[in-house]
Amino acid sequence: MTGLLAGNPAEIFAVAALCAGVAMAGYRLVRGPSLPDRVVALDLLTIQGLGLLTVYAIAAGRSAYLDVGIVLTLVTFLATTAFAYYIEKGSHPEERRDG
Amino acid sequence: MADIIVGVLLVVGSSLMFVAALGILRMPDLFTRMQATTKAATLGVGLLLAAAAVEFGNLAVTTRVIAAAVFIAMTAPVAAHLLGRAAYFLGVPLWEGSVRDELRGRYNERAHALASLEEELGEERLAPGRATRRGIVSDDFAEKPNAGDSAAAPEGTP
Repeated sequence: MTGLLAGNPAEIFAVAALCAGVAMAGYRLVRGPSLPDRVVALDLLTIQGLGLLTVYAIAAGRSAYLDVGIVLTLVTFLATTAFAYYIEKGSHPEERRDG
Repeated sequence: MADIIVGVLLVVGSSLMFVAALGILRMPDLFTRMQATTKAATLGVGLLLAAAAVEFGNLAVTTRVIAAAVFIAMTAPVAAHLLGRAAYFLGVPLWEGSVRDELRGRYNERAHALASLEEELGEERLAPGRATRRGIVSDDFAEKPNAGDSAAAPEGTP
């Protein structure tokens, strides 16, 4: 199994760009002024994680990591949908009373 | 040859993911941040998955890659739409340089209906409203001109 730093320059560039993206999305997750900002940042963070998993699958030569990525996308879609549902319900107190 | 294709796909895909993260860091409000992340990240992760498909080059991996890419391309716009809709109703402010808010004054937030739809349904379905040249605008909009004000207004009744 080859390590990441022993890979070719394209893999190193991809890992560096994705790590910088994770850092920027993490900044928005911490600082985001509103709750939907944080949800968008969390969504992007998960997609960056999927990108890192894919690059690692290529670098390590193990395709099993792609399955982890598929499950990750399923979970993040459900999480974003649930967050959106509860944000929308929580924004209307008079509707919540009606049911 | 395959190595070159994989390298190019990796570089372009990760650059798009970087641009998406740059957009979420630097864009001025939520909605511009969402349009930066959704499209660039979807295309970027699609290219990274395509790199994996070219690298492994067998049927099982390619099938999984296509399934993942199609799933992301189908769910990312849906999730972004739901989240943007919820954020608009929550009253997340638009950037002060925004030139147009098409929904303001034309959307009944209680009935979740557009003014043009209410015009088709007829006035009896509506809360007390008034007819204008653009259709029927409910009186809700007169007291709450935009979503931000309604979210900021104190809730008087228990």
